[in-house]
Order: sequence, then structure tokens, then C-alpha cells
Amino acid sequence: MSAVISSVQSRSAAAAACATCHDCGKLCRLPRRGAHGVTCPRCGAELHVRKPNSIQRTWALVIAAALCYAPANLFPVMTVTSLGRAQSDTIFSGVVFLLTHGMWPLAVVVFTASIFVPIAKLMSLAFLLTSVQRGSAWRPAERTTMYRVTEAIGRWSMVDIYVVTILVALVRLGNLATIEAGAGAVFFGSVVVLTMLAAESFDPRLIWDHCGVKRT
Amino acid sequence: MHELPEVPEGSAAMCRRCRSVLRKRPRNSLEHTLALAFAAAILFAVSNSFPFLSFEMRGRVTETTLMTGIVDLYREGKGEVAALVLLTIVLAPAFQLGLLLYILLPLRFGRVPWSLPHAFRVLRHAQTWSMIEVFMIGILVAITKLMDMAHIVAGLSLWSFVLLMLVLSAAIATFDPEEVWERLEVLQR
Repeated sequence: MSAVISSVQSRSAAAAACATCHDCGKLCRLPRRGAHGVTCPRCGAELHVRKPNSIQRTWALVIAAALCYAPANLFPVMTVTSLGRAQSDTIFSGVVFLLTHGMWPLAVVVFTASIFVPIAKLMSLAFLLTSVQRGSAWRPAERTTMYRVTEAIGRWSMVDIYVVTILVALVRLGNLATIEAGAGAVFFGSVVVLTMLAAESFDPRLIWDHCGVKRT
Repeated sequence: MHELPEVPEGSAAMCRRCRSVLRKRPRNSLEHTLALAFAAAILFAVSNSFPFLSFEMRGRVTETTLMTGIVDLYREGKGEVAALVLLTIVLAPAFQLGLLLYILLPLRFGRVPWSLPHAFRVLRHAQTWSMIEVFMIGILVAITKLMDMAHIVAGLSLWSFVLLMLVLSAAIATFDPEEVWERLEVLQR
């Protein structure tokens, strides 16, 4: 695809008393009293210059996710009972299992999705939030990319939840072999959902608000 | 703030400041998305009606469809996890496909679907939470884990899941929301 770079005005929409509709993307002119209670003329959604209470909301979700992170990794996600022997698996021991059985490509995938991604998401959101709160003008383009990556990779953490679901459904042979989901799965699911909601409630335009607009 | 030039079909406009895509314009977007959404809807129905894996151990066989997995989790008292799987693999993709058809089919014939802005809003949320492609990796990992424990046979719906994943991604890639709003503005005039 060829790229078309559009002509730029040297001020942001917010500075020009305009706001982009969050739903349909229409650029709307705002009355002098501000965006409060104004709706988009095209789709009827309420207009906001920035997502409302973005920082507070994102912090709350990040903290909640961080609290669920420890039990998600300490409690077993599933318990395999085979011929009377019970064996519990945590997220981490699941990765080790794949590794010791020579499935290292899958071990890398699961390690990335279940261990690396959640912690990376929490850290990058915390970093973005602090940098915005401190009014930092440091590398806004790189920080925006960081946000975009954070938002895109979150869903891949769900892999382990699906693995547990499939195993529980497949292996139910009474005394011979059964697999049960553990408490870790509930906490792990919460981490994934909370970090996804956190990424969604962060407004990347906040990064640029302290940077002024580059003259071009 | 950008003043967008007319973006030719098959190209994209980017933000000068942060390089995010402002407007992408795939060729014949509406027709392509509509066709792909129809195909995906059929595959979705197949995927959910047949077992996707069967498991054989010492002569005993269990089969699983997506729904039996979710019901089993629920019965074990893991209702939260069951709800999450139901949402991301069944409900969100169903809403995604249903709403794409609901929005695009009438527009194709020059009509405005009832309550289009609401349908559009729900579609955006469904898009975020629909995770068929992640589920595919989950199946792969699950098969690997069980390989040395028992004999695993791929069911019919495993293949239709793979096709569904491809067709659904293609439908989303060709979908151009801006075209929907442009058609709406033209039709309302």
C-alpha cells in the first residue's frame, strides 16, 4: 500500500476547539463552553476531547491487574489426575513441561504469551502513565509505538485459558485420567481482562499534550 | 489536526506526528467484507456444531465441541473462566459477524440499517474481544501436551476453525468503517 501523508495544520484539534468522535471518527467543532454534553452530529455519540478520567481509570485497572498477578502465577491453573496420581500445573511449570519435552518453539510462544506479555503490559502502562503525569516531552513517537504494541499483544495472553478449557473438556475419563481447572486460571483470566481494559482506557493523545506541535 | 486529501483506493493516509493510520482504503471494501463475512458465518456455524478434537486412551474415547468445554468448566465451579471463553470464542465472533452483515447488507442495497450508530459501537467492542486466532494457538498447545498421554484425532470443526480464523481476519482487513459513515451521510441527505 502506498502512503499518503496529509497536509497538517500546526495545531492539534484540541487547540483548535475541535474533537474527534470516538465512535465514527468525525472531526467536530466544539462550542465555546467546551465538550461537555455535546454529541456527534453524525452518529450521536458523546464527544470528548480526551477520553474522560483516562489516567485515573487506567491506574485503577493496572493496580487491580497487578494484585491478581501473584495469585495467577502461584496457584495451579490445572490439576491432572491420572491413575490416582494428582499433579498440579502452574503457568510456569506448564512452560517447563513443554521445554523438557523438546517442544521449545511452543514453550517460547507460551512463555511470551503467559509470562512475558502480562508483566510487560503492566510495566509499560505504568511507565506511560507516570510519564504523562509528570508532563514528560521525552520521545513521544516512541512512547506512542509502545502504547500501540501494548494494546495489540494483550489478547495473546489468553492462550493458557484456552489450553485449560480444551484439556478439561477432553480429558474426563473418570479414574483413568481427569483434568480440573485450578484457582490460578481464574486469577490469570482476570489479569488478562483487566490489562486489556486498562490499555483500552488509556488515551495515547495524552502523550502528545505536553509536547507542543512540531512546526512543519 | 489533519486535513485529509482524497485517499485513493488501495492506499492509506498516516498521521504525521505518530505514524498511525488515519484512513485506509481497501479496494471494493464493502463487497469484499460482505462476501467474507457470509463465508465466515457459515464456517462459524460449522465450527460450533461439530467436535474439534477427540481423545483416545486405552480404548475409551471422549470428544469435545466448544460448548461442552465451556459447560464442563462451568460445572467445575469455574464459571468466570467459562464466561470468558464463551465471550471471546462464541459471543464476540457471533456479534462481530452478525453486525457486519446487519450493517453492510442494507448499505449495499442503498438502505440505512436501523440504529446503525449503536450497531457500530457494539461491533467495535465485539472486535476487541473476539479471539479465534488466539484459540488456535491454544489448540496447538493442548494437542502437544496430550500427545504422549493419548491418541489425539482432529475433528471436522478443527479445520473449519482454521478457515474461520483466516476468513474472519480477511473480512476485518477489508472492512473500511469510514466508507460506512460516508454512505450513511450520502443516504441521509
